[in-house]
Amino acid sequence: MSETQLPPPRRRINLNWLGLVPFALFVGLFLIAPTMKIVIGAFQRADGSFTFENIAGLFTPSIIASYWISIKISVASSAIGCLVGFLMAAAMVLGGLPNTIRSPLMTFSGVASNFAGVPLAFAFLATLGPLGLVTMFLKTQFGINLRAMGFNILSFWGLTITYLFFQIPLMILIITPALDGLKREWREAASCLGATGTQYWRMVALPILFPTILGTFALLFANAFGAVATAIALTGSSLNIVPIMLFAQIRGDVLGNPHLGYAMAFGMILVTGIANVIYIWLRMRSERWLK
Amino acid sequence: MKKAAAWAILFLGITYFVLPLIGMVEFSLSMRRGVYSFDAYAKVLADPQFRQTFSYSVFMALLTIVFGMFLVVPTAFWVRLKMPRMRPVVEFVTLLPLVIPAIVVVFGYIRLFNTSSWLPLTGTTFGTNMLLMFGYATLSLPYMYRAVDTGLRTIDVATLTEAAQSLGAGWFTVLARVILPNVLVAVLSGAFVTFAIVMGEFTMAALLNRPAFGPYLQLMGANKAYEPFALATIAFVITWACMGLIQLVTRFSKHTKAAR
Repeated sequence: MSETQLPPPRRRINLNWLGLVPFALFVGLFLIAPTMKIVIGAFQRADGSFTFENIAGLFTPSIIASYWISIKISVASSAIGCLVGFLMAAAMVLGGLPNTIRSPLMTFSGVASNFAGVPLAFAFLATLGPLGLVTMFLKTQFGINLRAMGFNILSFWGLTITYLFFQIPLMILIITPALDGLKREWREAASCLGATGTQYWRMVALPILFPTILGTFALLFANAFGAVATAIALTGSSLNIVPIMLFAQIRGDVLGNPHLGYAMAFGMILVTGIANVIYIWLRMRSERWLK
Repeated sequence: MKKAAAWAILFLGITYFVLPLIGMVEFSLSMRRGVYSFDAYAKVLADPQFRQTFSYSVFMALLTIVFGMFLVVPTAFWVRLKMPRMRPVVEFVTLLPLVIPAIVVVFGYIRLFNTSSWLPLTGTTFGTNMLLMFGYATLSLPYMYRAVDTGLRTIDVATLTEAAQSLGAGWFTVLARVILPNVLVAVLSGAFVTFAIVMGEFTMAALLNRPAFGPYLQLMGANKAYEPFALATIAFVITWACMGLIQLVTRFSKHTKAAR
C-alpha cells in the first residue's frame, strides 16, 4: 500500500483476513452450518450412524409424485415465463416503441418479481378463483364456465399461471440488458450478407442470447421450485408439491421419520443446486459476447 | 406491422399483470353488498392482531436493515480494498441464499439451534427473534451485497481511504464518514428491497412461530372472506412504495452528481 513508511520495513504478518471474520462467522453460522446439518442429516440414522436409508426412503410413490409435480410446475412456469418475458422485452427494446414505456415497465418488473408469497396467491384467488373477477366475467358475459372446463386455481395450471406473475418480470429484468447488448452492427453485417430477418434471428441473435435465455430458465426453475408461501396460501395442502410437504413435515413430522424430512430437504437443495450450476456456467459463457 | 405486433404483445402482457391486481382491489372493496366500500380495510385496521403483526414485521425489517448494513458495508469495502482475490468467493457465498430455498435454511435453524443444542436460540422469545432476524438478513444478503458492491464500484475506494487515513482517520471514521456517505444511495436501495422482503416473508416466520405479518396474512386467508384481499392490497402498496423509493433515491443521486 504505502511505500514510504517512517519506521524501517519490518516483516509483517498479513492480518487482512481478519476483516472478513464477521462476515464469515455470520454466513458460516446462519447459512452454511444449517444447510450442512440438513445434508449430513439426510445420510444419518436417528442414532447418528451413516446410512442411505433416508435417500432410499424418498423413492416411495407419494414422495416421488410430489417431486414430479413440483418439477412439472417449475418447468412449465419457467418455460412460459422465459418465452413471454422474452417476447415482452423484445417488444420493448426492438419493437420501435416509444422510450417512455421502458422505465415504468422495468420498475413494474422490479415490483412484480418481488410481489410473491401470500398476497400474490390472494390476488389470483380474487381473479381466477371460483368467485373471481375473470371467472365471473366469463360466466355472466360469455357463458363460459371455467370450472366446468376443468380449470381450477388449486391445480397444476392454476399454480403455474400464478407463478408466472413473478417469473415473467424476472425474465424481463435479466434479458433486457442482454437484448441491449445486441450490436446494431451485427444486424447490419447480416443484412449486408443477404440475411433475412428470420435468418438473422435464427443464426446470429438467438445463438448469442441462447446461454442467457437457458441460464435464466435455470434460475426461474430454482425460483419456482423453492416457492413455499404462494403455494400454501393458494392450495392449503390440497396439492402435494415438495415445499408444501416439507412444510408439513417440519411442522408435525407427517412422514413419521424426522430423517426423511432431511432427505426431502436435501433433494430440494440438489435440484435447485443443479439448476443454479447450469445457470452460472451458462452465464459465464454468455458474458464473453455481451461485454 | 412490427410495431403493431410489439404493441399487441405488450398489451397482452400488461393485461395479464393488471387483471389480478384489479381483481384483488375489487374484491377488497366489495364487502358491503352492491356498493364499493372500504369496510374490509376498516375491519383490518381495527384488528389488534393486524397492528401487532404489522408493527412486529416493520420492527424486524428495520432491525434486519441495520444489521445487514453493519455486516455488508464493511465486508464489501474490505474485500474491494484489501482482498480483491476473495471477491469471487464472497460474491458466490452471497448468492447462495438464492440457491438454497428458505424453507431448507429455516429447517436447519430449527434443528441446529433447538433447546438441546450448544446454542439454544429457539429456547427463548428473544433468541427466536434474533434467529428470525438473522434468517431475514440471509434472505436479503444477495440484494444488499449486490447493491453495496455496485455502489462501491462507482467510487475510488483506495484513494478515498488513503486520503482519509493521511488526515488521521481511523478505520471507523473512514467507514462511517467517508465510505458510507458515498454509498448511501446503494445502501438505501438495498434497504428498501430488504424491507419489502421482510414484510412479505412467510416461511421463516411461520416455522419459527413468530407473530409476523406474513403468517397473519395466511391465517386471515384461511378464515375470512374479504379482509385478506384488503391485506394483500396493503402488501402490494408496500412493495410498490419500496420499489418507487429505490427509483427516487437513484434519480436523486444522479442529480447530485450532475450538479457537481
